[in-house]
Amino acid sequence: MARSSTTFDIIVIGGGHAGVEAAAVAARMGARVALVSFDLGAIGAMSCNPAIGGLGKGHLVREVDAFDGLIGRAADAAAIHYRMLNRSKGSAVQGPRIQADRSLFKAAIQALLREQGDLTLVAGEAAGLALEGGRAVGVELADGTSLAARAVVLCTGTFLGGTLFRGEQRMTGGRIGEASAQVLARQLREADLPMARLKTGTPPRLDGRSIDWAALPEQPSDADPWCMSALTPERVNPQVFCAISRTNERSHDVIRANLRRSPLFSGAIGAQGPRYCPSIEDKIHRFADRNSHQVFLEPEGLGTHLVYPNGISTSLPADVQLAMLRTMEGLEAVEMVVPGYAVEYDHIDPRALRPSLELRAIPGLYCAGQINGTTGYEEAAAQGLVAGMHAAAEVLGRAPAPLDRANSYMAVMIDDLTLQGVSEPYRMLTARAEYRLRLRANNASTRLTPLALDAGCVGAARAEWFARRSEAKAALEGALESEVTANVLATAGLPVRTDSGRLPLREWLRFGGVDLAGLAQFIEGGLPDDADLADEVAEDAAYAPYLVRQESELRELRASEALRLGDDFAYAAIPGLSNEMVERLTRARPATLASAGRVPGVTPAALAALLVHARRQAA
Amino acid sequence: MMTDTIFALSSGSPPAAIGVIRISGPAAGPALAALAGRLPTPRRATSAWLHDKAGDLLDRALVLWLPGPATATGEDMTELHCHGGRAVIAAIEMALAVMPELRRATSGEFTRRAFVNGKIDLAEAEGLADLLSAETELQRQSAMAMAGGDFSHTVEDWRERLLACSAGLEAVLDFADEDDVASLPADFADQLNSLRGGLSAWLAAPRAELLRDGFRVVLAGPPNSGKSTLFNALVESEAAIVTPIAGTTRDVLNHSVALDGVPFRFADTAGLRGATDDPVEAIGIERAQAAMAEADLVLWLGQEGEGPVRAWEIEPQIDRPGHPVKASPRHRVSALTGEGIIVLRSDLVETARAAMPRPGQAALNARQHRLLAEAEAALAAAGGHGDPLLVAENLRLARLAFDALLGRTTSEDMLDALFGRFCIGK
Repeated sequence: MARSSTTFDIIVIGGGHAGVEAAAVAARMGARVALVSFDLGAIGAMSCNPAIGGLGKGHLVREVDAFDGLIGRAADAAAIHYRMLNRSKGSAVQGPRIQADRSLFKAAIQALLREQGDLTLVAGEAAGLALEGGRAVGVELADGTSLAARAVVLCTGTFLGGTLFRGEQRMTGGRIGEASAQVLARQLREADLPMARLKTGTPPRLDGRSIDWAALPEQPSDADPWCMSALTPERVNPQVFCAISRTNERSHDVIRANLRRSPLFSGAIGAQGPRYCPSIEDKIHRFADRNSHQVFLEPEGLGTHLVYPNGISTSLPADVQLAMLRTMEGLEAVEMVVPGYAVEYDHIDPRALRPSLELRAIPGLYCAGQINGTTGYEEAAAQGLVAGMHAAAEVLGRAPAPLDRANSYMAVMIDDLTLQGVSEPYRMLTARAEYRLRLRANNASTRLTPLALDAGCVGAARAEWFARRSEAKAALEGALESEVTANVLATAGLPVRTDSGRLPLREWLRFGGVDLAGLAQFIEGGLPDDADLADEVAEDAAYAPYLVRQESELRELRASEALRLGDDFAYAAIPGLSNEMVERLTRARPATLASAGRVPGVTPAALAALLVHARRQAA
Repeated sequence: MMTDTIFALSSGSPPAAIGVIRISGPAAGPALAALAGRLPTPRRATSAWLHDKAGDLLDRALVLWLPGPATATGEDMTELHCHGGRAVIAAIEMALAVMPELRRATSGEFTRRAFVNGKIDLAEAEGLADLLSAETELQRQSAMAMAGGDFSHTVEDWRERLLACSAGLEAVLDFADEDDVASLPADFADQLNSLRGGLSAWLAAPRAELLRDGFRVVLAGPPNSGKSTLFNALVESEAAIVTPIAGTTRDVLNHSVALDGVPFRFADTAGLRGATDDPVEAIGIERAQAAMAEADLVLWLGQEGEGPVRAWEIEPQIDRPGHPVKASPRHRVSALTGEGIIVLRSDLVETARAAMPRPGQAALNARQHRLLAEAEAALAAAGGHGDPLLVAENLRLARLAFDALLGRTTSEDMLDALFGRFCIGK
């Protein structure tokens, strides 16, 4: 049967954002890795919006970058428009976001993959998993090839049992024009995993030459030269502007008149879509009082005329889509190149996963990305990194980086997924992180690169960069310890009361109106060239009282994180635990007492009982 | 695993007719055998002579040997029903304390063990705590109000309102790009202020400590002004030793008593005089001053106008010819004849009742008060901040305090706080 058999440490199925990070990190850690994809040319493709980053999502990009991942560097290589969202607010909620040229992004990912150690790209359809004694031990390809491995990472996105909807049309497949892994989906269903369906959507693609750009307000790329990756020295591409149009009453009339023809309203799609990224028909139906919605017109690349109209994801019939578009300012004569559509797809209930993203039911099988019920490239990339790191750590017998809710958004996401499950596609938001003040976009390297170095996830170039940066950071922090009197600052024109005494520069940063630039003349060695570093140190100083207060909270959290419950914790055997609590806890299988506290609906009394019994078991 | 063995006096403070000492843990049996010379038949009250290690007789007591797990704590237990004198109990406790595998129980530890061993659940434990600490009708009514959820419902409501504020703020932080939610709702500051107002009102209300510990009345004045006699008359017992010798009372003597259902804690103090060579008396005077500082009310028996501010001027010993007369005393009393005592007592009851939580009004204990004050401070800080991130952080801190008030926390501290409310040995 099998034509050939090759052995790897780790096989990654799927070449999307999760798959490439999983394969790359495992290879960086020294594992022998195969990346299996239908079409090697499609590895690194951006299937929806050609943008990377945003609020919460930008944090994830910076965190993956701090582990020497690919997405940040590829984003910079492809960026044709930079925008820092929430610029006026603190960096803890700033969202670095770029518009990417699709083909440049894909090329950058494929080039970076070639530099990631022992990584083989395998073209083929993963027909099924090879299982041995309940463990995943490899992959069977549709052409009969079998690949053996010690761990498999599943990153199949919407390809798993995906169905496309557009008006009355139905198509099978993940993206338009590509096959869908129906066999694998069936196998997972047979393994009796908890599965559910979600939906997502995409807007039509427009021909930019048919848009009246002059009629629309422009949104230029940011002037200051920040980049997504710490390792990108400067921007490489010419920058383009985006434009903003709006829907109006006439657009809404067109949609309302055709709602019955949308699969969302005809009942064809039963699955839940994201509340925060609704289709335009959903927006108009649910927010009937709004007479206009913003539409961002985002160019898809330098070498293409395609434009992505962000804000009007839709599954209406193609003729309705075109009619709606042409009601909008600047789009009166627009040509639609590809109509929008909705995708309904299978995902695994992520509560079936360990925090390592390994399936509890099939040891050796890890899952990352949309298959776990998330949406977004950044969420996928971060899960790919975590799954790949854990798989490689397991195979190589080394310790994975210890991630928790207090040190990374990645851990916040995985903790949310594995404990709470999903009822809509999960998207990162800064509001999800309780320790937001310490999880900032500009301090991802400080938070995570040391952990990534220990876990062996970081290449030589970044290790060197980080050593240099750490030196510069220490020097700046040292310089901020020198004391200055209020008089001296007031004389220099800073808004401080002259009777405020003598304080270290660090503490002056807590005063309103005093910033690092204002103090520059008093800082030995001056301000560093790295603006992110300066911002990070200044914010550490400004937030110091809050960060100190969080320490006691964290001590408590870590004490309850230390109380492990484990997979075999017998909830049913605990006296005084109601059936409902036993059921909730058994489904989520929290790894620690702290995570048990985050399982929805678990009562204080149940936690107290758990606490006591975990402690007795541990003793 | 809890392998140590604990003991405590489970009955009220000596002296009393009998004192019950309970021992729980693996060494409960050996400890009884060591004291009584043998282990009696399980679950049968047996009379035994108790001796300490040196062989000295301690007491003749009724002892019970209760092997676990069918016991109140789920562990092996021993009960010693001994004579209730201070010396007897102290001697038996000492004999237990020197046994290496035994230690004194901390507050609430017996109940905690019962909980750990699945003998009672958390709700029962809380109910027990309230039941045990309610000694007067007022306390019982307030405990019922707390247990009935008055306060919890209020905190739930605050928490909901806080979440609504947070949601508005988080929308601004996380969806800055959407034109719907670019700025805060117009009434954001008003919402926060009104929420904070609700918290402040609760913080200003009388505290539960008044109910639990009683209204603290301190009798103070120079030596031999009749404090101890009046004290005995008020508490209706001979708790204080009364002699004509100045400086008889050397320490602060506390006595709790309920008058008309209102809990009081009367304190008799050492007489205040400027100079004394006696170091013990000097310490007593120091303690008297400390007690006065913490008092809810001072009854001043000394020279008019020399007591602390807001003290009640009492003209004592009016039965004695030639006693010092005050110009405008609040009360004139003779503890000996009882003249004026009833009037003084009802004045005290009225005053204390006014200062206490109203019957049926839920009152905060120290922990709840501290958490509520934290939430109030966080809301105040949120109102004064321009940086939306710090406003959000302060709202989060307020929510944490609410969660702790509602028991939505996983920490060992919560259990400690709960079980710390029990009297030792219960």
